[in-house]
Amino acid sequence: MVLVLEARGLRVEVGPSHSRRDVVRDVSVLLYSGEITALVGETGSGKTMTALSLLRLLPPGATGKSSTLRLGDVDLAALPEAEIGRIRGSRISMIFQDPLAALNPVRSVGFQISEPLRAHRRMNGRDATKRAAELLAQVGIPDPVYNVKRYPHELSGGMRQRVLIAAALACDPDILIADEPTTALDVTVQAQILRLVRAETERRGLAVLLVTHDLAVASTIADRIQVMYGGTIVERGKTRDVLGGPNHPYTRGLLDSVPTVRKKLTPLRAIPGSPEGVAAIQRGCRFAPRCAHAIERCAAVEPPLVEVAPGHESRCWVFAPPKDVASAPESS
Amino acid sequence: MTEMERVSTVLAIRGLTVEYPVRAGILNSRRHRAVNAVDLSIQAGQTVALVGESGSGKTSVARAIVGLAPLSAGSIEVNGQALDRHGNARLRQVRRTVQMVFQQPGGSLDPRMSVSQTIAEPLQYLTKMPANAMRTRVSELLELVGLGEQHRGRRPRELSGGQRQRVAIARAIAISPSLVICDEPTSSLDVSVQAQIINLLSRLQQELHLAYLFISHDLGVVRQIAEVTAVMHLGEIVETGPTDRVLDSPRHEYTRSLLAAVPAVDRDAATSDPAVDRDGASGDDPSLA
Repeated sequence: MVLVLEARGLRVEVGPSHSRRDVVRDVSVLLYSGEITALVGETGSGKTMTALSLLRLLPPGATGKSSTLRLGDVDLAALPEAEIGRIRGSRISMIFQDPLAALNPVRSVGFQISEPLRAHRRMNGRDATKRAAELLAQVGIPDPVYNVKRYPHELSGGMRQRVLIAAALACDPDILIADEPTTALDVTVQAQILRLVRAETERRGLAVLLVTHDLAVASTIADRIQVMYGGTIVERGKTRDVLGGPNHPYTRGLLDSVPTVRKKLTPLRAIPGSPEGVAAIQRGCRFAPRCAHAIERCAAVEPPLVEVAPGHESRCWVFAPPKDVASAPESS
Repeated sequence: MTEMERVSTVLAIRGLTVEYPVRAGILNSRRHRAVNAVDLSIQAGQTVALVGESGSGKTSVARAIVGLAPLSAGSIEVNGQALDRHGNARLRQVRRTVQMVFQQPGGSLDPRMSVSQTIAEPLQYLTKMPANAMRTRVSELLELVGLGEQHRGRRPRELSGGQRQRVAIARAIAISPSLVICDEPTSSLDVSVQAQIINLLSRLQQELHLAYLFISHDLGVVRQIAEVTAVMHLGEIVETGPTDRVLDSPRHEYTRSLLAAVPAVDRDAATSDPAVDRDGASGDDPSLA
C-alpha cells in the first residue's frame, strides 16, 4: 500500500470576480496503490469538481488551488500545462458516466484505445492496434481481433464502458479516476463493470478514485469512503467503519434513506430539504439547515474534521467535537 | 368483509403486444416486438411494480396504456371499459382516469408555466370547474404534495428536482384519476430526496385510494412501494407475484440474476465482518458486500 497521489487543501472557486464562491474547500484526497477510494456525494457536493481538480481539468470559470498536489515525486501543481498533458491519459486516466459521449462515433474502437499509446508512447499504428486487441481481451470483450474494428454504435453500453476502461488502462497508469462509471448502466452490467474495476485495481496495483452518488456501489468495491456534502468532506474512513458506524448526521441520513431490497422500511427515513441550493450557504456547517441535531454553533462556524476512531474522521460539532474546542480553526 | 371482497379492477391488460416498425429499406418492413403477450391487472388502491432493465419493454407497456404506443394485439380495460385500439382515441378515453408521472420532471413540465398553471391545466381541459374552485383545488393539491402557497408563481427552473417532481405528482392527481403510471419517478433524484418522494407517493395512495403502475429498475424502491411485482425481460413478464415473494424467493432465473446484481449497503456485515476489507478478494460478488 503505497501513497501514489497526495492532494491536500483542495479548493475550487467559481463565479464572477466580485462574488467568487467556493464549491470545493479544504478537501484532501489520498490514493494508495491497489486500493479504491470512493468519493460519495449528492448534487452539488463538489465530488466531480474535486476529481477534475486533481487532473487540473476544471471547466472554464473555475479555478483550483491546493496546498499539496503530488503524484509520486512529481508536483502536479507546479507543472506547466504542456507537462500535465503528458501525465493525463498516461499516468492518470479518467473514465466517465456516459461512455457513448466519451467515445468518438466515427473512429473504430481500436483506434480510440490505441490513441494514448500513439500519443504518449509514440507507438506505430500496427503495434498500437495489436496492443488495443490485447487490452480489449483483458477487459473481457470476446473476439478482440474482430471487435477492435467495430464502432461505438455497434456496441452495448456495458461494452462501451469496457472500451473506455481499456483505453484508460492502455498506458498502464498509476491512477484511474472513475466518475460515475456505472450510473448509465443496468444493474447486471453494473455488477460486471464493478468487478472488472476491482480486479484490475488489484492486478495492476492501480490507485482508483471512484466518484459516485451511490453508497451501495461504494460499499461494494471501495476500500475507503469519503462522504462529501456542500463542497467539503463530512466524513471519511475505511468503508466498513464509515458504513458500519457512521458518525456524521448526513452519512447516517443518507444510509437511512437508501431503500433496501432486503426489507420494507416504509416510511423511509428521508432527510428533509434538498442538497440542491447548498451552494447558497457560505458559512457554518452546510448540512445544518437539513440537520435534526443542529445547534447554534453549526450555522455560524464550520466544524473541523476530527478523528472519532483511528483512521475515521467526521466534521460535526455535535457528534465529533474537537478535543480542544477553543483551538478549533475558524472556518473561512 | 364485503368491503374487502368488492375490490374493483382498475386496469386489466390481456395479451398486450406492442410492435414498432423498423426502418430497414422500402421493401423491408420488419417489425420489432417490444412487448409480447403481456397480462397484467391492478386493483383499486394497489401498487403494481413493473421491473426490468433497459429494453425490457416496461415503458412500452405504460405508453400503450395511454395510447402513446401502438397496440398490435391484446386488450386493455380501464375500470371495466375496453379501450380503443387506435392511439388517439385511447388517449382521449383514458386521460380522465389514467395520469402519468415521468422520470425527468425537468422535461415533463413546461418551463414557461408557473406551478399553479401547470397543476390547473388538467382541471381546465378535463373538467368544467369554475375559476375560484380551481384556485382552491390548486391550494389543496399543493398542500397534499408538501408544497406551499409560496410555490404557486414559481417556474420549474426556480424549483429543485424534488420540488418539480412534487408538482408533476400534483398535476397527475388533480383530476382524481383511478390509476397513476409512475415511470421511474425517482431515478433522476438524489437519494435523500428520493426517499421523500417515495414516502409522498405512499401517503397519497392511502389518502386518495390511488392505484399505481410503478415502473422501475430499482428493486430497493420496488420493495418499499409495491404490493405486487412483475418482472419483465425481453418483452415478456417472466415472473409475477406478491413483492415479498418475488424478491425473497424468486422462481425465474432472470429475477435471480437481477437480484444478485443489486449492490447493497450492508451495515451489519460492515461492522461485524472484517472480511469486508476484502484484502486480495478479486471478483467479489456484489450481492455479498
